Amino acid sequence: MSSTRGPRSKGLDGWLLSTPALLLLAVAASGPLIIVAIYSLLEKGDYSGVRWVLSGEGWFRVLFEKDIFDQTISLADANLTIFWRSVKLSIMTTAITFAFGLPTAWFIATRPARSRAFWLFLITIPFWTNLLIRTFAIMEVIRNQGILNTFLMHAGLISEPIQILYTDTAVLIGMTYVYLPLMVLPLYAAVDRFDFRLIEAGYDLYASRWQVLRGVILPIIKPGIIAGSILVFIPSLGAYVTPRVLGGGKNMMIGNFIELQFGQGQNWPLGAALSTLLLAIVLVSLVIYTKVSSREDPNG
Amino acid sequence: MKTLLIATTALLGSACGALAEGQLNLFNWGNYTSPEMIEKFTEETGITVTITDYDSNTTALTKVEAGGSGYDLVVPSANYIPVYVRKGLIAELDHSKIPNIGNIAAEWKDVPWDPGRTHTVPWQWGSVGIAVNTSVYGGDVNTSELFMDPPAELEGKINVVPEMTDVLNMAIFNLGGEACTEDLTVLKQVRDKLMAAKPKWLSMDYGTTDKLSSGDYAASVNWNGSTMRARINNPDVVYGYPKEGYPLFMDSVALLSDAKNVDEAYQFINFILEPENAAMISEFARYANGVAGSEAFMPEDMKTAPEIVAPAEFAAAGQFIPTCPQSATDLYTAIWTELLK
Repeated sequence: MSSTRGPRSKGLDGWLLSTPALLLLAVAASGPLIIVAIYSLLEKGDYSGVRWVLSGEGWFRVLFEKDIFDQTISLADANLTIFWRSVKLSIMTTAITFAFGLPTAWFIATRPARSRAFWLFLITIPFWTNLLIRTFAIMEVIRNQGILNTFLMHAGLISEPIQILYTDTAVLIGMTYVYLPLMVLPLYAAVDRFDFRLIEAGYDLYASRWQVLRGVILPIIKPGIIAGSILVFIPSLGAYVTPRVLGGGKNMMIGNFIELQFGQGQNWPLGAALSTLLLAIVLVSLVIYTKVSSREDPNG
Repeated sequence: MKTLLIATTALLGSACGALAEGQLNLFNWGNYTSPEMIEKFTEETGITVTITDYDSNTTALTKVEAGGSGYDLVVPSANYIPVYVRKGLIAELDHSKIPNIGNIAAEWKDVPWDPGRTHTVPWQWGSVGIAVNTSVYGGDVNTSELFMDPPAELEGKINVVPEMTDVLNMAIFNLGGEACTEDLTVLKQVRDKLMAAKPKWLSMDYGTTDKLSSGDYAASVNWNGSTMRARINNPDVVYGYPKEGYPLFMDSVALLSDAKNVDEAYQFINFILEPENAAMISEFARYANGVAGSEAFMPEDMKTAPEIVAPAEFAAAGQFIPTCPQSATDLYTAIWTELLK
């Protein structure tokens, strides 16, 4: 008997023992999302909150707007502009962090094993400081009387400060800085496992440097690129603090637009619908990512 | 192990001590509470005050309404107070617990938004105008055209504070309307003119005191006290009173219905109605208070400051914004949301 008590019942015990944790995770993870989804289908309340009346107004307002004065219905191009700006800035952030992240990861992975830990440690240092404080630090650098403009003016390169703060560029600089470590770390993990003899083999077969990069290195470290891109793209898409502080409240991203609906806009159903939509976009792009990466990877 | 035990006991001991001495959670606008005044309050009463900031009336209302905030006192603007009362979010004050209630200046004793001061006591009041850096723009500063149709010198350099009531009412006055108007012709003009002006604005942001001082903005729709603080740091900053009309505001302290530290809150309310303490509030944030006798304690530079004492020719253009009916608020919110996005 005691010998047959083996792995199977142990597995069952494992399930039973982890039930409370699994239950907690399921409720804590999906509970708020369900509330948000339900709120998106209700009527907006006075000043804030919702009235418990079923309504499609929240979702309708995502795509269409009613003119305040003549009640004509038109496509909500302001909403689309905000969505497009968010997607555009997130893609650009991903691309720039990749352009800086790959050489950085490569540099670290090619150091002697002893010093790699030190370099990785340097990469993680920004995580010790609160995001808000780091964003304000960026603001101190790029504002009109900030470090960058003061330096350029003292050097005589410009006569008037360059307006960087409160532009899309400012948001882009901020997000690139904040999310760069999230790109470097998975890239490093991929480059670290890379067999450098393959590069020599490539050169032996008369491949150019470009061909080695495209045909040998990139395909092999692709899982790292995908992981890094997901880790950067998704938080960029929902970024709130960086565009709020550096964008000056005029150039919104989706995160700020959602906050506007729950705050000054006093339209919780619309805010909830936008949140649900953002979640859906992220899920769909994740599914596409995984599909594409598993199809193209021959080692799958 | 023994050290750990001692440390834990000490920690517990200090925690209990703090509880016994009392706590108070104040929910107030950012950069608005005099730290010296709070220090003095703690010294006199032993009550520790925790201040949490908010940046707009709507933010404050939303957080308070969500409940469980743990705040004891909130400082809404006049036009929001009837909303708090209607929603039952603030409690009626027991005047017998506020011996200093009589110190409220005569003109602030019975106000339209809180008849008989049953729910609130004055914190500070002031005006909404336009702060301009004269080294950038040398023209007339006493007009709301500066942000409704920015002159070339200020294009891309002017900030507009994202406070709906203040900005929309100034825009309505600019186009000849009245506060709380529901006249669609006027409101349509307001929206169209604001939407046309927005691309010429630099930002819609708070933190104006610092950025006006440093020159990050050349101009901003701003409050008078904040402008005075900026002018003290940077003498080029002047405060304009829009002759087309500008809003006056008063923020008042209210006791939340779900406050836990009610006795402490009453002690605080009574404390700030003491003229000397009210003057400390004003000395920090640079707005007038509503407490009689505080003039004697006010800093000398505020008695003559052009931001505080409105020139006679513009004084009449300032007016208090009443609480608008829900139908007007709905319209304003729709215009405002359209403008912000």
